Amino acid sequence: MTTRREFLVLAAASLAAPTAAKAQLDPNLAAKRKAAYEEALGKVVGGAPVRAGRVKLQLPPLIDNGNSVPLSVAVESPMTAADHVKAIHVFTQRNPLPEVVSVHLGPRAGRAGVSTRVRLADTQTVVAIAELSDGTFWSDSAEVVVTLSACLEEGLI
Amino acid sequence: MTTRAARLFLALSAVRLFVGPAAAGEIPLPERRSGYEFMSRETRAVQDDDTGNPGTLWVLDGEALWKRKAGAADRACSDCHGDARESMKAVAARYPAFDPALRRPVNLEQRINACRVGRQKAPALAYEGKDLLALTAYVARQSRGLPINIAIDARSKPFLDAGSETFHRRQGQLNLACAQCHDEHWSGKLAGSPITQAHPTGYPLYRLEWQGLGSLERRLRACLAGLRAESYPYGAPELVDLELYLMWRANGMKVETPAVRP
Amino acid sequence: MARAIVNAPPRAKRGEIIEIKTLAAHAMETGFRRTQLGELIPRDIIRRFTCTYNGVEVYRVDLHPAVAANPLIAFTTIATETGTLSFQWVGDNGYSVTETAPIRVE
Repeated sequence: MTTRREFLVLAAASLAAPTAAKAQLDPNLAAKRKAAYEEALGKVVGGAPVRAGRVKLQLPPLIDNGNSVPLSVAVESPMTAADHVKAIHVFTQRNPLPEVVSVHLGPRAGRAGVSTRVRLADTQTVVAIAELSDGTFWSDSAEVVVTLSACLEEGLI
Repeated sequence: MTTRAARLFLALSAVRLFVGPAAAGEIPLPERRSGYEFMSRETRAVQDDDTGNPGTLWVLDGEALWKRKAGAADRACSDCHGDARESMKAVAARYPAFDPALRRPVNLEQRINACRVGRQKAPALAYEGKDLLALTAYVARQSRGLPINIAIDARSKPFLDAGSETFHRRQGQLNLACAQCHDEHWSGKLAGSPITQAHPTGYPLYRLEWQGLGSLERRLRACLAGLRAESYPYGAPELVDLELYLMWRANGMKVETPAVRP
Repeated sequence: MARAIVNAPPRAKRGEIIEIKTLAAHAMETGFRRTQLGELIPRDIIRRFTCTYNGVEVYRVDLHPAVAANPLIAFTTIATETGTLSFQWVGDNGYSVTETAPIRVE
């Protein structure tokens, strides 16, 4: 329950921080985040082509809460010294930051993959990129619908 | 929102029409369903796997606290209660329970603090603090799989009735009663999320929304905030009476602590 | 304070691919949340998870704020020899946790 005192402080703070408020209402937000994703992807693959295939990205299509979404990536590979997956990168297109995880592995992993739980800020596309030992890049993507819980708590109760 | 608008809103947002039992009646035992059944397969998998269930982290902390000496009496829980797996079995399943000294029901957190202060001569643990959550989770974990068993007698009946009255009374700016959603419209949806029957089978639980473990009182306070009603402070008699009613309403259902919920 | 839970098999056959599941206790504060008074809560996350097998790194993950609180990381490795699996989590504000699990390979 916000006291009158807290309310006045809040009001003063919101007047004093117009830039913060503006960032949250940026009409170009989606475009900016998509651009950030493209840039992050570019840093990983350079100019190399990224082919769809060999990678299986699994996410539940409709999730209970965007705070914790189970995600797993599996890449088809013999995982030998001559032919293995060197890295797996996961990106989002609408989160505040595009990077999610980067996995570094080798033949000793046995199977190329990872399972974890991630935060998704919005209904969006998630992308998994596998970097192979021969320098090629492969990818898979998945669409997720994110709904929020109905009853919101006050502040940090 | 006016009463009429609220009713219209609920009617429009409910996936299924009102076919439930009469407003004043509890859900009959065979029809009682845990919030577990309303979650996605993936979230259920998180609860079912002890290694992947984040609530386990608090249970392990609770196990350590159980054995740690505390207070001026320099006593650990285990000094009096021994192995919690034996002594605390089925305890959480019958809480809130009537406390003859206070002449009213107390919840598990209050019972733990009564021991802290009275027996260990240590300061009470803060509500919703890490330590109290851990100890409560550890004790409640010892009831996992056992049926909730709230026994009401002449002494506790008035408090059960008070809790029931809170559950059935319209509250807050939205002017809604708990029963309207959780007795009459469970399995419908509110803003995309399923409406459950609101049985507290797995508390304290790991809520994805909180990204942490929390108590039933925390959840109730959030519900009241959602109704835009004045919330009660932790440990308030109104909350404990409501907890008593909710647990009694869930009698026969299995304890799931530490549960995972969206 | 339970800082991490590790689930790894204590025994395996040589060459077998074993599954390892880890869970670390950490709020993974993103740095994007604000208090009720509008102040930004600073970022505080686990940044790297490493699994070494008898001292050799076999699996490494760079984590970003998009990883959920109390991070779960599940992966596989080949049971090559008897010894110790070591798991390390390193993050902001000096966070550093190490857990080990012995493994017997026949």
